[in-house]
Amino acid sequence: MRKFIIKRLLLSILILFLASIIFYGVLNNMPSDFFEVKAIEMTKKPGNKLTKEEWVKKLEKEYGKDPNLVRGYCTWMKKALTLEFGESWHWNVDVLEKFKDVIGNSFFLALAAFILQTIIAIPLGILAARKQYSKTDYAVTVFALIGISIPGFFFATILKYILSVKLGWLDLYGAVGRFHDDYNFWGQMWDTFLHYLMPILTLTVTGIGSLMRYTRTNMLEVLNSDYIRTARAKGLPEKTVINKHAFRNTLIPLVTILGGSLPGLFGGAMITETIFQIPGIGYTSYQSIIKGDIPFAMFYLMFSAILILVSTFITDILYAVVDPRVRVQ
Amino acid sequence: MADKKIDYILEVNDLEKAYPVRGALGNVIGENKAVKGVSFKIERGKTLGLVGESGCGKSTTGRSILRLIEKTGGEVLFNGEDVYSFKGKKKRELRTKMQIIFQDPYSSLSPRLPVSEIIGEAVKEHKIVPMNEVDAYVEKIMKQCGLQPFHKDRYPHEFSGGQRQRICIARALAVNPEFIVCDEPVSALDVSIQAQIINLLKDLQEEYNLTYLFISHDLSVVEHISDDVAVMYKGEIVEMNSKEEIFNNPQQQYTKDLLAAIPGKYQG
Repeated sequence: MRKFIIKRLLLSILILFLASIIFYGVLNNMPSDFFEVKAIEMTKKPGNKLTKEEWVKKLEKEYGKDPNLVRGYCTWMKKALTLEFGESWHWNVDVLEKFKDVIGNSFFLALAAFILQTIIAIPLGILAARKQYSKTDYAVTVFALIGISIPGFFFATILKYILSVKLGWLDLYGAVGRFHDDYNFWGQMWDTFLHYLMPILTLTVTGIGSLMRYTRTNMLEVLNSDYIRTARAKGLPEKTVINKHAFRNTLIPLVTILGGSLPGLFGGAMITETIFQIPGIGYTSYQSIIKGDIPFAMFYLMFSAILILVSTFITDILYAVVDPRVRVQ
Repeated sequence: MADKKIDYILEVNDLEKAYPVRGALGNVIGENKAVKGVSFKIERGKTLGLVGESGCGKSTTGRSILRLIEKTGGEVLFNGEDVYSFKGKKKRELRTKMQIIFQDPYSSLSPRLPVSEIIGEAVKEHKIVPMNEVDAYVEKIMKQCGLQPFHKDRYPHEFSGGQRQRICIARALAVNPEFIVCDEPVSALDVSIQAQIINLLKDLQEEYNLTYLFISHDLSVVEHISDDVAVMYKGEIVEMNSKEEIFNNPQQQYTKDLLAAIPGKYQG
């Protein structure tokens, strides 16, 4: 086990290193350059004496950007190793500072959706498996397929159209309303809740289908296995057969993927956050990337890469923890 | 009737089981008759061997008797009572009288339960012994089945095939049954282990006055353990007689073919 962990860690470092090179290369060759846009802006200002090229050079020097790609990367790497990511060009604050400000919103949004998904999808999946080929099963399957097939942005748009435009119950976007500061504590909580309702619903509905299908498939496999027949042969009540024998064995794959998706809660839902303009890590990074804010974009991409590596790592470890057959080896 | 004095523990009359055949959308488009009107009786304390090639409906017959799958026709009388008239709790209590040992000792044990739980779970559920004696009782059963007490906390994957089958036997025996369906209990084991398991089953039969329905496709195994033998072919019993008659004086061509297939024996 220790050997396995060490091997994975070393491999992760290599992956991160290669990923950072690709990220840095791509971000520095984007069609919209942060300094070019800014330089054009500056040349249009009254009383301007410098040309666009001169402005670009001046700004690059001011913001500390190295025009040499390799040298620039090495400087970035050296700083990144000491967990220093510099100041964001677009937000004009330290990258980590901005990250701390917005990560809470993303985490709250993702956690709410994750909990809802889990408590809805797993029981529905079990129900569908127990009543295979029944009307309930078909209803659950159709619902799951709709959830899997419908794109998040489309579902979000429909929600907005119905709940905001037609019914006028909720605001179209934003994490808080216009009069947020005027409310008392509970009023503010309620205001926030109303604004998070549609994003949470979007994430839940689009994510629920696959988890439900996954639960159903695994439960069916377990229910058809020989040891469930043994449990029935013991004369146990059906409830014990389902909960103790079947569900426990379904838990192995379920815990594995649920545990693996935990780091993803910090990753932010870029599309949903952007559509609803929730100031989370996804929306912030989206804005940074289209503006060509390399320090923040680099940080976000590296952060995402680390999250994915941690996810798969947790998945593998959990697999060993929950399954006694893997544990001894 | 002449056989009125004989104590039959199990009577199966015209048992039928048809499986629905499903189309691509899960709709029923036909049926597949696995068992077509099977009838036999088993005397208390005796063993009936049920032989036939794979897919002939032996296992379906065995499982229908226990209601692990529901029959579609005929009746099953256990101690004179129709087992299909039982409902709810009574149906579950039937499991303490009738048990089954499955063919594959690898897949038929839950991988997440330790041996003590596999054997003791049904004991607790049916309150075979008082709660505080369960541990000692499980140990006693394990010992009888050739398992050591320290095996209790181990998981099934830590055992060999033969040991696993001993766990399966201990599990079935723990609820104190009168009748056990042995559904190919030795088919998945090595020949040397087969003999051990057969002998174990024989010893237990003597000690507890058990009745077996011994399902197998292997005639030489059936010959060792059975008192009577029924030969099944395509969902029907084609010949049923005492072991001696079946082996020395087979009537049906199919029985003769089966006997001829045993290597080194019954040539011609």
